[in-house]
Amino acid sequence: MNIGIICSGFGGQGVLTTGLLMAYAFHHNGKNITWYPSYGSEMRGGTANCMVKASDTDIASPYVKKIDILVTLNEPAIAKFEKQVVPGGFLFVNSSLVDEKRCYRDDITVVKVDTEKLAEQAGNSKGANIAMIGAVLKKTAVLTFDEYNDAMTKYFTDKGKEKFNSLNTAALKAGYDSI
Amino acid sequence: MNKKSNDSVIMKGNEALAEAAIRAGCRFYSGYPITPQTEVLEYLSWRMPEVGGEFIQTEDELAGINMIYGASAAGERVLTSSAGPGFSLLQEGISYLVAADLPAVIIDVARLGSGLGDIFQSQSDYELATKGNGHGDTMVITLTPASVQETVEFVYLAYELSEKYRHPVLILSDAAIGQMMEGVTFPELSEHDINKYDWSVKGRKKGSEPRKITNVSYFCEGGYYGYEAIYADKIKKIAENEQRWESINVEDAEIVTVAYGISSRICKEATELARESGLKLGLIRLKTATPFPVKAFDEISKDCKALLLVEMSISAQLKSDVVVASKGKLPIYAYLSSVDVPESEKVVEIANKIILDEAKEELVYEP
Repeated sequence: MNIGIICSGFGGQGVLTTGLLMAYAFHHNGKNITWYPSYGSEMRGGTANCMVKASDTDIASPYVKKIDILVTLNEPAIAKFEKQVVPGGFLFVNSSLVDEKRCYRDDITVVKVDTEKLAEQAGNSKGANIAMIGAVLKKTAVLTFDEYNDAMTKYFTDKGKEKFNSLNTAALKAGYDSI
Repeated sequence: MNKKSNDSVIMKGNEALAEAAIRAGCRFYSGYPITPQTEVLEYLSWRMPEVGGEFIQTEDELAGINMIYGASAAGERVLTSSAGPGFSLLQEGISYLVAADLPAVIIDVARLGSGLGDIFQSQSDYELATKGNGHGDTMVITLTPASVQETVEFVYLAYELSEKYRHPVLILSDAAIGQMMEGVTFPELSEHDINKYDWSVKGRKKGSEPRKITNVSYFCEGGYYGYEAIYADKIKKIAENEQRWESINVEDAEIVTVAYGISSRICKEATELARESGLKLGLIRLKTATPFPVKAFDEISKDCKALLLVEMSISAQLKSDVVVASKGKLPIYAYLSSVDVPESEKVVEIANKIILDEAKEELVYEP
């Protein structure tokens, strides 16, 4: 395994956490990882992104220039990063916020996920980003549902937030089953 | 570099650095926030009180460095950290620590540019970190970690060396390593005995002679000549014993890259990429920038055609050290990427151009 992921969207959508949860899950499953945030003047409502690499071998640069999996939570993120996706790579689109008629490159796999609706149906309206991760897992198979979910459960339990575990798993499953 | 084990956690470089300082027995931090090193303060602001240590966010960097001077004189394991313009402000204090023979660990998480510069990653502090350090004949030991795990290991090493030589040690990190998360494992928490050393300032024991301050400048047997002899001996010993580096494939390399920190990881990848295409590329990765690992250059193959510096700066800051270490025998090229983390494909591309005699011996950044 040697993959590069960028998660991008508005600050406040859980963009950095989305990348962090995936990095955490890769690490939990024995991979080397790097997670690198955009940092500085980012704020709620501004743009935010993070880069995640996961590999069986040493990782040189934490920068992701060629994107295998692009996870976008808003429209500007697509405009900014779509061109960097490798041919045959994945672009995940948050269809709750993005114009349905938008055109995309035809040499990549575009996956539209209605994250907000799915999260709401799962009873976890704040879990749109986790629903998106569910869709990523199903479509790309970089980790199995259980491999990821066990790691996420540990992550939130270690942070003393275990009371959200079942809701988070529900949001994850909603995204996973939507594909 | 970032091996996974059962105890491995993922952490930002800056936070791992702060936790490593705690575990190495540091119980006094004073300093001032500045991006990209503020996580060190943020982390220690809650972690230090947990272990009964002192955390002080000072009014500026000058107070930060001078407070660690005081705490170190009292025998405590101390830390301060800064970046960019804040690191400039530490220089006078570093010189005073050197003159007072005091151990201390100082962090520079290098950021871009002169003046205010910017918050982004860069390696443009090399000259200041290795040849600055304040007025006088000051030199410090400078460690250059290339991963979050190595940052942790170097924090331990820094305290060990700083007490061995009673001398400040600088860890020259950069924004890429400070801001990124990687897997990391920590050693057990250790405690430091503030009264461990006989040189520290302590309360007088019953019946013993009071220790008096007799002079505010450095004074020892033989006057200034005496001090010069002691200091010269110390820096000679450091230069002889503390050179640290990692060499990859230098024994048969046609081109040897020289790099440290984040850039050295890219060069490591480049050596593998190059070999796949038949180019023999090697790497000397600095672990200490001072003392500069001169000995590493003795191992370079006789067939080596040139050295290639890979740095995130605008001028080739490694050049003077590398010219001396290689005794001026080899042409020196540079790939200077300033704010961008270098790319391994570009390292290989430049190395190939050097072999074909198509590269310019250009030592300034080309956007």
